[in-house]
Parts: sequence; structure tokens; C-alpha cells
Amino acid sequence: MTNTELNDLITQVRRDILRMVHKVNSGHPGGSLGCTEFIALLYSKIMHRKEGFDMHGLNEDLFFLSNGHISPVIYSVLARSGYFPVEELNTFRLLDSRLQGHPTTHEGLPGIRIASGSLGQGMSVAIGAAQAKKLNKDKSIVYSLHGDGELQEGQNWEAILYAAAKKVDNLIATIDLNGKQIDGSTDDVLYMGDLKAKFEAFDWIVIEIDKGNDVNAILKGMAAAKKASGKGKPVCVLLKTMMGNGVDFMMHTHAWHGKAPNDEQLASALKQNPETLGDY
Amino acid sequence: MKTYTYTEKKDTRSGFGAGLTELGRNNPNVVALCADLIGSLKMNQFIDENPERFFQIGIAEANMMGIAAGLTIGGKIPFTGTFANFSTGRVYDQIRQSIAYSGKNVKICASHAGLTLGEDGATHQILEDIGLMKMLPGMVVINPCDYNQTKAATIAIADYIGPVYLRFGRPSVPIFTPENQKFEIGKAIQLTAGTDVTIIATGHMVWEALEASKVLDAQGISAEVINIHTIKPLDASAILKSVAKTGCVVSAEEHNYYGGLGESIARVLALNAPAPQEFVATNDTFGESGTPAQLMKKYGLDSDAIVSKVLKVIARK
Repeated sequence: MTNTELNDLITQVRRDILRMVHKVNSGHPGGSLGCTEFIALLYSKIMHRKEGFDMHGLNEDLFFLSNGHISPVIYSVLARSGYFPVEELNTFRLLDSRLQGHPTTHEGLPGIRIASGSLGQGMSVAIGAAQAKKLNKDKSIVYSLHGDGELQEGQNWEAILYAAAKKVDNLIATIDLNGKQIDGSTDDVLYMGDLKAKFEAFDWIVIEIDKGNDVNAILKGMAAAKKASGKGKPVCVLLKTMMGNGVDFMMHTHAWHGKAPNDEQLASALKQNPETLGDY
Repeated sequence: MKTYTYTEKKDTRSGFGAGLTELGRNNPNVVALCADLIGSLKMNQFIDENPERFFQIGIAEANMMGIAAGLTIGGKIPFTGTFANFSTGRVYDQIRQSIAYSGKNVKICASHAGLTLGEDGATHQILEDIGLMKMLPGMVVINPCDYNQTKAATIAIADYIGPVYLRFGRPSVPIFTPENQKFEIGKAIQLTAGTDVTIIATGHMVWEALEASKVLDAQGISAEVINIHTIKPLDASAILKSVAKTGCVVSAEEHNYYGGLGESIARVLALNAPAPQEFVATNDTFGESGTPAQLMKKYGLDSDAIVSKVLKVIARK
């Protein structure tokens, strides 16, 4: 994939996110936009994936989205990666849709391997899948994404302790450090201190990506993360992102965590992200 | 009346351990997880024979349920082991989202269920777990009655694809079901034939029901005892067939009235053929410390309690 094609994909995913949440006047655009580059790169450049979808995903890299509320971005990227028809994005959050408000296996949507939404559960699931890969002599990597606010859930720390103790070194868990959660900044809601020091104290390898919305920075950081895997320790990527990235009025605020744009706002947001690969 | 005897008593958790050991030898996809209770769950032999297929999680049950869900992705059949309290209430949302809603093939194996955990007291004696688990869409709920049946159930659930809650206990109880009896999920077992009352029991209460039926027989009351090892899906046709004959039912379980087997039976009767029912169960209460026998007597979960409920229900016919 060329850089132009990549940029086209990212812009189109942003459009998809905005149009999806606008249509049903609900959903989570802020975090979705903040992770658009990361998720698009995971599926287009970083993960080794097989054609089609099967639940067990043997001999391919897997991805688990723990912060399931950013479903618009994963739905768009999955559709644009060929897991299901892009037209289906039109059914987001509607009755009888496979594109539920939060991702689920329940309706059999290709590309999704676990339900998420109730926070704090995805790292444990990713660890289990990584350990299954080891039992299966499968050298592939398990990727996961977690919100920074999500780390306030205690189950994460059970999982973080366990992954190091059991040397789950085929896991690359990325934390979306956008510094925001529903009630305000993560520092104000529940200050978590130095997350790098915390993960290192738990004996993880930590890779920092300071420009988490920059394609080259993400590629470089994730290459370093992949290189760090397989060395007896789990790998954490601290990805500093901008919530609402790519839409000027959605950046630098937590206001768009779970709010959809109105018609006027949508028009402005779409103008900033012109159609590239074709709207669904 | 058919009578049951026994020559040996054993704990049902040992039946689980024996079943797991057999699965370890015969099914390479079976893996086991434990949250720091290997001895209590009788998992030692499986671990000795299959160290690479055992995951010691530490005291972190939420993480255990998530890891179990993840292990299914890649084709493993995880059996989680901890006490019933920590297998259900403590991790309800993990089970709900990562296992039940996600349709994962996890077997939640729960020991020390109910009052018969004994001296540790109410913090550990869950009497709400059947209700919690049967409420989850798609969850199978099984509570076998003795060592042999627990072993057979453990082996059988590995062949069933989907989430299962398997509940067993700590005390030694009579072994009265045949060794190597095939375990059919959802299929009730009629233990005695009777005409005056149907006693439907699960888990440790099945033996108590048989003891009660002997006392009743001496009083000229003919009781049909049914062993419901699977609470969900419930064998409605077996219940209705028996109650059509006897006209009344006593349910017996080591669990709260609310959310238990008795309520499931009442629903079947209400929808199809209403009949008087009495419940042998705990009455919306927590347990306390004591020996298992003392507790079962105090909380009305023994054969005496079943006899008195039978007399009451027959009078209501």
C-alpha cells in the first residue's frame, strides 16, 4: 500500500466514523478518530492476516479491541479491509444489525472475536488467545487496544501482573493515551501517575509512541514493539493520541467522547475529510 | 419401591478431578485454569500429567474468566476451577460479556457450592449461584449428585460446545449412581417410581430425597424421586409426566428459593399443568459457620425437611 493509498484509507475511515454516528445520533466519535491511524495501520501494514475470517485465527495475528465503545473505527477498518461489505456500515446501531453499539460476536460479524464494551476485560482475553497460540505452536502475535481511562478497571492489573509472570511475550498491548474520559481528563478523574513506570515495574517492555496520529511514528513504534516481542516479556505500547483527530472542533476536548455531530457539524467535519475511497 | 444403597462416600469435587484427569488423557484440547485452589478442586493429577495444559492464574478470578475466553480462540476447551462463590458472583460481568454473550466454549467448574462448605461460613457459602448462572442466555447449568455423576458430567461437558456452569461440593456424600453411567445433559433421571408425590432434587439433595422416600414409604406414601442434574435446560417433559401421575411436587436444592431449581419447576408447571408445589431450599438467607450436617439441618435441607414438605404438599392436593 502506497502512502497515498494509506492516507486515502485513513481519511475515508474518518468519514465513515462521522457519518455512522451522525446517522443514528449516537456512538463515540472522539476516541474512534483518535485511533483511526493506528487501527488502519494495524490492518493494512502491521498485522499478518489471512484471507477471510475464522474464529480461531490460527497462524495469523489477532487483534482485540478492549475499549469497545470506539466501535465505529473498527467497523470501518474491518469493512474497508474486506471482512464484510462497506454498505453494512449503514446499519450501525440499527435494529437487526450485526454492527451493534459495542462490538460483539453474537450476530456473527466477521473480524470480531470477543464482545467488549464493559471495560477492563480485553487484556485477559488477549492473554488467553496468546497462550492458546503458544500451545498451538503458532508464532503469530496478539495485539490489543485499551483506553487509558480503562486502566482504572482493576482486572487490567491482574492481567498485567499475570502476563509478565507467565512470560506472555507474544502479546503487544497498546494503551490509547488520549488523557480523556467521560467525566473529564484522566488526571482529574483518577490520576494514574506514570504509566510507563507502572508497566515497567510490572516487568513489561514499554514502547512509547509520542505522535500517535502520525503514520510514520506509529509504523516505527510498532516495528520496535514487534522486535521487542518474543523475548520473554509482554510488550506495552503507550500511544499518545489526540481525541477527535482530523476534525478541528472535536480536538482538545473530551466533549465528543460519546456525542454525535449535528447536520451542520457533520458538513464541516466532512469538508475537512473529503471523500477518497467512496462513501458507503 | 426401588431402594438405593451405597458402600462408599466421596466428595463430588473428587469426581470432577477424576473426570478432568480422564479428559486430560483423551482430549488434547482440554486445558485447565485455577485461581490458587488446586487441592480444593482436586486438579493435581491433571496438572501432573499435563503441565503444559494447566494455567495457574493466582488469586485473580476475573482475569481467569477472561483468559479462559481467550483460550477458546485457537480451539482450546478451558475448564476453570475455583469455589462457587468466586466462580459466579465475583466474576459475573466477566462471564456475562466475555463468555456468555461472546458464546465461548468455557466450562466454569465450581466447587464448595452451598452450605456444605461448612465452617468457613457465609462469605464462602454461595446460595445464589444457580440463579445467577441460569439467568445468563445460553448458559447450561449442571449440579450433579454424587462422585460418579460428577465425573460423568465433567467428561460429558467437554463434548458440548458452549458455556457450561458445573456445580459441585466439598462434603463426602454417598455414591449411589452407577459407575460409568452415560451423562446426558438436560435429561432427568427417575430414581424411584411413585404415585403420591414427585420429589425433584438436584446435587447433594438427591440422596436426601431418596432417604426421605424410604421414610415416606414406611408411612404408606409412594414418592417418585427424580434426579435433575441439569437445571438448565430443564427436562420439562419428565417433570410434567411425573406430576401428571402424582399431582404434586416437592423441589429440593442446596440453594436459595429465589432463582433456584424450584422456581424453574414452578414455571414449567404454571405454563403447562399447575399443581401444588413445596420448596426445600434456603429462605432468602445467608449461611453461617457449622458442620455441613448441622447447617443442612438448621436451614431445612435434609431428608426430614423433605418429608415434612411432602406431607404438606399432599395435604394441599
